[in-house]
Amino acid sequence: MAGQALSSPRILLSGDAALTVEFSTKIDPEANRRVLALDRAIAESNVAGIRETVPTYRSLLVHYDPVIADYDGIRQKILELAKRPAPEIPPGRRWRIPVVYGGEYGIDLEDVARAHDMTPDDVVRRHIGGDYCVVMLGFMPGWAYLTGLDPLLATPRRQNPRTFTPPGTISIGGVQAGVQCLAAPSGWHLLGRTPARTYDIHRQPIFMLEPADMVNFYAIPESEFADMSRAAEAGELVAEQVT
Amino acid sequence: MMAKLVIGTVSPATSVQDAGRFGAQRYGLTQSGAMDALALACANTLVGNSPFTAAIEVGPLGGTFTARGGALRVALSGALRQASVGARALPLNESVLLADGESLTLTPARTGSFTYLALEGGVQGEPVFGSLSVNMRSGLGSPYPRPLQAGDEINVTDAQVLVHERKLELPTTSEQPIRVVMGPQDDEFGQTTELFLTSDWTLSAASDRMGFRLEGPVIKHNGGHNIVSDGTVSGSIQIPGNGQPLVLMPDRGTTGGYPKIATVIGPDLGRLAQTQVGKKLRFKAITIAEAHAEARRYAKFLASLPSLLRETRGSAFNLDALQSANVAGTAVSAMDSTTWQPLRANDLTTP
Repeated sequence: MAGQALSSPRILLSGDAALTVEFSTKIDPEANRRVLALDRAIAESNVAGIRETVPTYRSLLVHYDPVIADYDGIRQKILELAKRPAPEIPPGRRWRIPVVYGGEYGIDLEDVARAHDMTPDDVVRRHIGGDYCVVMLGFMPGWAYLTGLDPLLATPRRQNPRTFTPPGTISIGGVQAGVQCLAAPSGWHLLGRTPARTYDIHRQPIFMLEPADMVNFYAIPESEFADMSRAAEAGELVAEQVT
Repeated sequence: MMAKLVIGTVSPATSVQDAGRFGAQRYGLTQSGAMDALALACANTLVGNSPFTAAIEVGPLGGTFTARGGALRVALSGALRQASVGARALPLNESVLLADGESLTLTPARTGSFTYLALEGGVQGEPVFGSLSVNMRSGLGSPYPRPLQAGDEINVTDAQVLVHERKLELPTTSEQPIRVVMGPQDDEFGQTTELFLTSDWTLSAASDRMGFRLEGPVIKHNGGHNIVSDGTVSGSIQIPGNGQPLVLMPDRGTTGGYPKIATVIGPDLGRLAQTQVGKKLRFKAITIAEAHAEARRYAKFLASLPSLLRETRGSAFNLDALQSANVAGTAVSAMDSTTWQPLRANDLTTP
């Protein structure tokens, strides 16, 4: 990698107060690495007029103040920072997140199993076996998009999204896995629920997961869900931070 | 002693809003904030607050609000509707003192959708990420993390009694098309980009603070209608599979997976927000340089609001105002006031 010129990202207009720095149009670990590196570089270089940034799989959204910002200056600065060879992003923290699988906690587990000609236990085993990376947080607070799903579990999203899925839902959609914190509409397949809260405005830290964090899931019996939920409500993380 | 504003009846889409919540969109934290920021700034300016102090965003249907425990100075800006205290009428863009026990009654909006009820001293609450704005799905907002309901009480600092009432002399609102900057994914559309810019769009009843759905000709994608989710802004115009645009509004998801053909410029978002259900609108593409010039002009206008204040003689409730407002009030369209409803299941944006 060293010494090799990096391709310039595309700068796309997102209105009068934001631009999108696009490294790829696909889910691509290299693009994601460059997104996170640019995100970090912008944070460190303190460019005047930049308000906040939103890293996603393959692009970085940069919100700026059109009144004080010199647009051409911001554009040039971003392209320059993006050309720098991306340092290895140090692996984030590693979390173990407890999940009650199946039944009323994961109403799609059996359907997913059937779709792949597996038993529900096989699906759970494969889901637990995954080594997941948080590639982005978005849509709503505490929703973490994960890569690392066993390809044999990849399942197209539902034709008709549900208007309600419960807080703590652990689901899969296409080749992605997800952890959600709040009740939300979703077209993903529900495998289980965690009592852990990835977002709690009354707790420090408010947001449990950061991009580049690693996640593993482990199964807990239904009988433990209520106790752990109470602990989470009292402000405990419940999920274990391993490293 | 602290006075209170007590909520009587209230339109379902009524909530406390300010400039919104910034700095944590990277964690999925929705921005929220006033649908029409300029109207919020006008109402606040009238009662001597800084422009984006938290106020009550009153939805299309109106409501009643009562002062308790002291006098409150209030002002209304934004959507035109009949506003009265007993037999007296309160014109838009004028401040008035609401005496202890007096009730302000707002009818459904006649033009526009959102009216801002600003309170001298501002809504008292606990900010989260610098904002009191309500976003019910995230459980955020203060003093209540949800839209207002009958019986809710909002603490307000007591009004200064020895202040003249004031009015704002505002230029008339532009009827020009809503201006957009094309992109970020306009290259996903090719030929039908032209159709987007030359067609009339009708605001669907399936619209809310998350998104405004538009009905018109079908905008076809070159390829599929799914992209790998990326970041959104307020004003992003997504084109989902059915080819009908969805303009993302302040309660939007921070990321989305539909291509975005264009983005409404910040200065025109409030004007879009005030479009009534069933009404038509058009878009006009401008260059990024023009958009930035407009953003600077808009910021200058916002900063100039205090210079547009005029003292009113005596009470804001003069006879002329009463008569004109009463005439206006009879023209409220039942159609406009009952078609407002939340997004339907199939219209939801999902991850």
